[in-house]
Amino acid sequence: MKIMVTVKRVVDANIKVRVNADNTDVELANLKMAMNPFDEIAVEEAIRLKERGDADEVVAVSVGSDACQEVLRTALALGADRALLVKTEQQLEPLAVAKTLKAVADNEQPDLIILGKQSIDGDNNQTGQMLAALTDRPQGTFASELKIDGDEARVTREVDGGLQQVGLKLPAIVTTDLRLNEPRYASLPNIMKAKRKPLDTTTPEQLGIDTQPRLTTLKVTTPPEREAGVKVADVAELVSKLKLEAGVI
Amino acid sequence: MSILVIAEHDNAQLKDATLNALQAAVELKSATGGEIQLLVAGHQCQAAAAQATAIPCVDKVLVADCEPLAQQLPENLAPLLAELCQQQNTSHLLATATTSGKNLLPRTAALLDVAQVSDIVEVVSADTFVRPIYAGNALATVQSQDGIKVITVRGSAFSAVDAEGGEAPQQPLGSVADSNRSRFISEEVSQSDRPELTSARIIISGGRGMQSGDNFPMLEQVADKLGAAVGASRAAVDSGFVPNDMQVGQTGKIVAPDLYIAVGISGAIQHLAGMKDSKVIVAINKDEEAPIFQVADYGLVADLFEAVPELDQQLA
Repeated sequence: MKIMVTVKRVVDANIKVRVNADNTDVELANLKMAMNPFDEIAVEEAIRLKERGDADEVVAVSVGSDACQEVLRTALALGADRALLVKTEQQLEPLAVAKTLKAVADNEQPDLIILGKQSIDGDNNQTGQMLAALTDRPQGTFASELKIDGDEARVTREVDGGLQQVGLKLPAIVTTDLRLNEPRYASLPNIMKAKRKPLDTTTPEQLGIDTQPRLTTLKVTTPPEREAGVKVADVAELVSKLKLEAGVI
Repeated sequence: MSILVIAEHDNAQLKDATLNALQAAVELKSATGGEIQLLVAGHQCQAAAAQATAIPCVDKVLVADCEPLAQQLPENLAPLLAELCQQQNTSHLLATATTSGKNLLPRTAALLDVAQVSDIVEVVSADTFVRPIYAGNALATVQSQDGIKVITVRGSAFSAVDAEGGEAPQQPLGSVADSNRSRFISEEVSQSDRPELTSARIIISGGRGMQSGDNFPMLEQVADKLGAAVGASRAAVDSGFVPNDMQVGQTGKIVAPDLYIAVGISGAIQHLAGMKDSKVIVAINKDEEAPIFQVADYGLVADLFEAVPELDQQLA
């Protein structure tokens, strides 16, 4: 079985970003960038499937600027066999990313595509589902457990009410939630080895993808900041404030 | 022109989040004038459809009742939605930004070859919406160029419309085919007599500081006295203290109750993203440097294992 796993380069999850001076975007210059945390989980799951003997090849794919080679090298260091960068300087919307990934999937014919459920920059939570529609594959979103059983992927999904189990006929699409696994760290020898693994490059144009944006961002603003309130001395003062001052209990 | 809203339900009961999504539809209706249609798609879902009919702002209830839609698997439901939108000149397709809406709607948008605007918190005009990005640290105002606007609605940002008193006509839809690509196997739904997190007026949440799932009954006792729901931080869920459906945060549930009590929660960016629009925030934490205090209206620096039982007593 062949697995395709997608990785996005995003701002580090621990950084609180700020809106830029002309209110057109957030300020990302000189910030630490990293692999999207949900994609780390996707890579880890793909590698575990290979280690378990369910998969024999893991291909990592990223769509973005040249700098995305870093996150692809990370995926290779973690255990992916080869990587593909679809290079574009444009900030693609999820639909365009899904179309690009579909074109890659048409070439690669993976049995399973694993994506992070959302990227922590745009917070869209769309690409996996869109890719599933475009490739006419079943989808197991927000996965907290994944098992391969013959030609079926069994996915436990984290849903608002609890957990749901679905069976997906392969080829299928899975998006990862937080509890699917705990990603490993790349070892130094593997980081060195990753430098020699194949990393190919293509472009949306070469794949014949229309990446025309459908949305226009008119402005980006800072949400109203919450002011820190007061410290109370003890529980009695807290209860009294909640009753008399805030009137919420 | 029509505004099509997808009802969230379990065949027997309409979920409250639907009423918040309908508020966004009401705001769109005043901009476009189209009728509001509420789709109840399921199997043996007459009870949910009857509740949909009673919502005064709904102009028409569409009912798709057939076996392949029993669990509303997106492989079966998305093609029906795409077809409906194309057939009846739908201007806006809306769903709740819950796990079911997030699962279903992007699949539908891609079938329609349109973008989706996720998790809107404000309707600016018929084609312009505000949505949070970067864990809510920025708000983007986006305008959609697509003919059909596909939108998920953040429930906590819209008030609920009235649920009773309407008599919308019902229109049955034909049945859909099973894709035979996916099947429902099972579901473990957490049972609780407490209010749902996303619609509770008061929430008390525990974090890593709770140390163990065994200590959560302490919060539950307080919750029951306040009529509150119990939530958790990602740290508490990741550590296995409590199940995933209790998680509040960027990738869990987004809540905005009147009162949010954070117990033993440090206040990571992704947690704040899920609760910082609460009206009143209380933080109980023994670390006075914890970032949660920067957003708390009332902060109590104390050992939670002393403070929570005391709070419980004082509420008696």
